[in-house]
Amino acid sequence: MKADNLGVHDMSDAQRPLSPHLGIYQWQVTMASSILHRATGVGLGGGLLVLAWWLIAAASGADYYEMVSGWLTSIIGRLVLLAFTWALFYHLCNGIRHLFWDIGKGYDVVTATRSAWIVVGASVVLTLVAWIAAYAG
Amino acid sequence: MNLRTPLGRVRGHGSAKEGTHHWWLQRISAVALVPLSIAFVVLLIKVTGADHDDAVATLGHPFGAGVAILFIFTAFYHLRLGLQVVIEDYVHGPAAKITMLLTNTFGCVVFGLACIMAVLKLAFGG
Repeated sequence: MKADNLGVHDMSDAQRPLSPHLGIYQWQVTMASSILHRATGVGLGGGLLVLAWWLIAAASGADYYEMVSGWLTSIIGRLVLLAFTWALFYHLCNGIRHLFWDIGKGYDVVTATRSAWIVVGASVVLTLVAWIAAYAG
Repeated sequence: MNLRTPLGRVRGHGSAKEGTHHWWLQRISAVALVPLSIAFVVLLIKVTGADHDDAVATLGHPFGAGVAILFIFTAFYHLRLGLQVVIEDYVHGPAAKITMLLTNTFGCVVFGLACIMAVLKLAFGG
């Protein structure tokens, strides 16, 4: 007796419609912002580890602090800190965007697309403002 | 033969009524982190380029230490909740999942506490 006669389908043979695979989507800013929110969140975990290293250095004394400062203010160190700064501001601004969604605002496509771009712009501007304030002060 | 009533048999088998608890804690910490992370960035801007004495003075000052400790506690708390969701989404093997979830929790506690101890030493230690 065939399985179909029992009303039971063999899952592996059935021609079921598949959920659209990620590969067929055209990239949109709202997709990118969703992925970036998670990526920056995970990345900022690394930022907190660097923060721990720096704070422990400050508490350990001048010699070790100067050594860690040397690492962090090297070219590579500054690029890493610049990336962490942008990640923090991106996650902060996009987090505020999420909080608006949580109260039911900004779900329509036009607003969601616009707010995604605003977050990109704001994160870049705030990163520049913070670094200019840090080094011009 | 079961003498329990139908109501008595189903009690306790439904939802634990905690479905939104994790979500809610993440939002509370997110709201707290909006002002705290801005205040902490201002603190970092102040100590940029500072030598050890100046950095210790700024971070050990009651205002600096207070902002730092509030930020550190809330940020590690928020990180623990967020990484938990990421692990639950992508790691499916029971052993790997439990191991990573425990590592996440223990790591956030250890590094968060290490940061706070360092700030307390700057504030109170000679």
